[in-house]
This record gives sequence, structure tokens and C-alpha cells, in this order.
Amino acid sequence: MIELKNVVKTFRRTRVLDGLSLTINDGDRIALIGSNGAGKTTMIRCILGEYVHEGDVLVNGLSPRRDRIAVLRHVAFVPQMPPPLRMPVRDLVAFAARLCGTTQARIGEIAARMGLDIEEVARRPFLKLSGGQKQKLLIAIAMGRDADILIMDEPTANLDPAARQILFDLLSENLDKTMIISSHRLEEVAMLVNRVIELDRGRVVLDDRVEDAIDPGLKQKVRITLRRPDEAFAKAISEWGFTSSDNVEWSGVIAGPDRLRFLGMLARYSGVLAEVEMRELAREAA
Amino acid sequence: MPSILHTAWLDISESVRTKWFALYALVFGGLIAVLFIFGLTESRVMGFTGLSRMLVTFIQLTMAILPIFVLLSTVRSLVGDREAGVYEYMLAFPVSLAGWYWGRFSGRFLVVFIPVFAAMAISLIVGLFMGAEEIPWRDFAWYSALLVSLAFCFLGISFLVSALTRSSDVAQSVAFFLWLLMLMFLDLILIGLLIQFQTPAGIVVGLALTNPLEVFRIGAMMLFDPQLILLGPAAYIILDLFGYYGFMAYALLYPLVLGFVLAGIGYWVFKRTDLP
Repeated sequence: MIELKNVVKTFRRTRVLDGLSLTINDGDRIALIGSNGAGKTTMIRCILGEYVHEGDVLVNGLSPRRDRIAVLRHVAFVPQMPPPLRMPVRDLVAFAARLCGTTQARIGEIAARMGLDIEEVARRPFLKLSGGQKQKLLIAIAMGRDADILIMDEPTANLDPAARQILFDLLSENLDKTMIISSHRLEEVAMLVNRVIELDRGRVVLDDRVEDAIDPGLKQKVRITLRRPDEAFAKAISEWGFTSSDNVEWSGVIAGPDRLRFLGMLARYSGVLAEVEMRELAREAA
Repeated sequence: MPSILHTAWLDISESVRTKWFALYALVFGGLIAVLFIFGLTESRVMGFTGLSRMLVTFIQLTMAILPIFVLLSTVRSLVGDREAGVYEYMLAFPVSLAGWYWGRFSGRFLVVFIPVFAAMAISLIVGLFMGAEEIPWRDFAWYSALLVSLAFCFLGISFLVSALTRSSDVAQSVAFFLWLLMLMFLDLILIGLLIQFQTPAGIVVGLALTNPLEVFRIGAMMLFDPQLILLGPAAYIILDLFGYYGFMAYALLYPLVLGFVLAGIGYWVFKRTDLP
């Protein structure tokens, strides 16, 4: 359980967290939303014991600042921006595995599921990986260890649809864990969570329960018919892994939690859409 | 393996891939190569006595280069890492703050010391193979010890500055100012103080003894010029006060203790303030 009691964090004269109080129970999967400067990252850093602040933050009854090792053993973290590390990938993975009590092989397995072959990039500086590869590696490091709490700051940024699907699958395999997923946009993470917390100017302005309406691991088969071939649409839909023989009829599979995001993309091309069909696939078929 | 060793290894792995390290290694390697050429030239005339002289020249140049290099590169990378989000990510792992801080200090110390030490060692080995009559092993050992002390001291200053500042621009400016201040208070300025302001000799000597650059300079010079004829009045008084071995012990211990104390204050600040 994570408890924040009247947490105040001020940078110079700006009060970023303004008496924030919040209880996050075991098994809560939280979408932490809010505009830039709302205090999401600051709140996460307080939970990680990285900021000094007024008020109390307790993780399983312990202070992340005073008892940082005991607390952080249970917390896996994926940052919003991959750090510019020059060390080779293998050194980073070895460091993470040793400290977190896991194995490099386990991290490698998760990375492989995400489409990243760690052996192939082992000698390359982390900094030289592409944005997507960095994100996949950081997710693999976070998911490849036994942590009860997953904290992810914009985890789907930089991921292609296929990798996002794998991430959703991984998360759906860990629904018993406490998750805090920070995002600017609710539709990015809505299907993964059972609680939504919105911050504004360092305060909770919305704290709502969400029904577990969808299994995050589910996929949807989509068929789209266009009025006429469209080059821009073809480019956009190809990025989702869709195929077509005539550039008019397109078909493909999307991740359930990606539905809103996908529909948002389709909305931009509503002028050329003749028909859209979405069908839920059974898990085996997916 | 405790977290201090993990972190030290990580810092080494990170540092050796930076541009500053490439330049740093190149400067000291190149320096010894250039000096060696002069040493060899000299050896044709006077046998291989040039090797000692070369070491003296090397150590004097090191005194000018190493501190500013260590100060600027260390504060730039430590504060830069904090600004770029490296601390945010790496300190979210279950690593103790002491392990992280002192691990980075240890790793950085090796990265800073080894190129200078290796350059000196290689020059002696090459001299040995080229038939030098006398290899100055004793000087080499003393210089190495003095270099350990100097590197430790300036790392301590760098870690303190990094803990106290939040932007790499400010950190670099402070580091540069400190280096300039120490450079100004070498013998020449001290003589100026004595003559121009008739400052009591005790204060001048005290200033000289608190300046790690001056302490290193006197220590290094004393090895080949025990009467310190080449140095100014402050050094001369210091030699009278401490004696040869007394001052050598001071020259080794003072910067070491100063570096440790300053790094310790830096750690105290580091663990009480925001990490990223």
C-alpha cells in the first residue's frame, strides 16, 4: 500500500505538490493523468524517495527515503525519458539484474518478447539505441524482476503498435500488481487500469474507480474499406501493421487497450472511410 | 558484490566512453610521448639522467592540467547526469545512497588516476628497455603517491561542488573559479601579499599550507630540489618548519584528508537534498 499524507513539494517559489493526500491500495492499477506541470512526475519521484518534501510518503509502511533499499526492492520503474547512458547495454542489464535480484536471462526473455534481442545490442552504448529500443529495454528491466509495484511514466511513448501490444500483454499478466501509469492522455492507458487519478496544480481533482471492462490482453480484428485509395491513410495504417492488396480494403489486428488511440487515428481520415468493422478476437485466436 | 562496487564499475564503464576521457588520456599520453622524445635527445649527451628530469617536467605539467581537468569534467558529468535524468532512473534501483555516491567517487578516482599513472609507468618501462642507466623508481613512487593525493583532493572538491549546485553551467563556473583561486595563491601571489600589503609571514605560510596545489607543488619540487631554491619564500619557510620528511608526509596526507572531508560534506548534502 502506498500512502501520501499532505505532501507538499516546492521548487523555489512554485508549489508543485500542494498538500497531496492519496492512498493507493494493493492491486490498484492507476492511470495518473494531468497536464504538464500537474505534479505527476514529482509525485512519482516522491514515491521513489528521490525528493525531499513536507508531509509523509509511506510504501508498505516504510519511508522510501529512509528505507530506500527495502522499499525500492519492491518497486519497478520506467521513466518518461530514457536516460542518456553511455555504458553498454550488457553493463546496464547486469547492474539492474544484480541489484534487483533477478537474472539477465529473465530480462532478456522479456526484451525478446518486446522484439529486442539483447545479445545483438549488448555491446552498444545504451545512448546509441533507437528511442523504441531504449523504451523496450527499460520496460524489460522493469518487468523482468519481482516487484509488487510498477511505476511507469508514459510507458507507451516511442513504442510501435506491435510493441505496445506486447506491453499490454505483459501488464495483463501482472494484474495482481499495483500499477501507477502516468500519461498525458487517458485514452492511452484507460483500458489497463481500474482507477483514474487526475492531478492539477499538485492536487487530486479526480479520483474515480473504473470497471475492468476489458481484458488488456485481448485483441481486435479490424477491417476498413475506403471510398478510394489514399496515400496518407496507407502510410498511417501501415504503421499499425495493416495490409491491403488494393489500397482500398485494409485489415489487421489491434490491441484492445489501443482501441481509443486507433479510433483517434481513424477519425483523421473520416472523409475517405466507407466502412469500419471491429471484432473482438478470442484469446486463443489472438 | 556490494552496491559500491557495482556503481564504481558502472561509472568506469560510463566514463571511459566519454569525450573528456579520450581527450584526458590523449593529453597525458601525448605529453609523456613528447617529453620522452626530449628525454631521449638529452640521453645521448648525458646518459639516461633525462628520465628523472622528464618525470619532474611531467609532474609539473600534471599539476597544471590534472586539477582543472578533474574539476571541470567531474562537475560537468555529475550535474549533467542529474539534469539529464540519469539520477532519476539509476537511483530508482535499490542501491544505497552511500553505495551510489562513494561508488561513483571510487570509479571516477580510478578513471582519473590510471591514465596519469600509466603514462609515467610506461615512460619508465620504455626507458628500461632502451637501456637507461638509472631508473628513478623512488621518484616514481613518490610522484605516484602525490598524484593519488592530488586526484583525491580535486575529486573531493568536485563532488562537493556537484552536490551543492543544480546546473552544470553554475557548477563549471564555481569549479573554474576555485581552480583560479588556488592558482593565484601559489608562491608568486603570496610574495605579492608579503611585499605589497606587508602581510604577516604566518598568514602567508598558512595560506600556502591550505592550498592543495601549493602543497603538491612544494612536495613535487622537494623531491629533486630538497633546498627548494626554485621555489619562493613561503615554501622555504615551510621547509624550515616541517623538515623534509615532515613536509612530504603533510603533502601526501593533507590533500587526501581535505578531499575526503569535502567529499564527505558533499555526501551529507547529497543525501539530504533532492536526488534528481
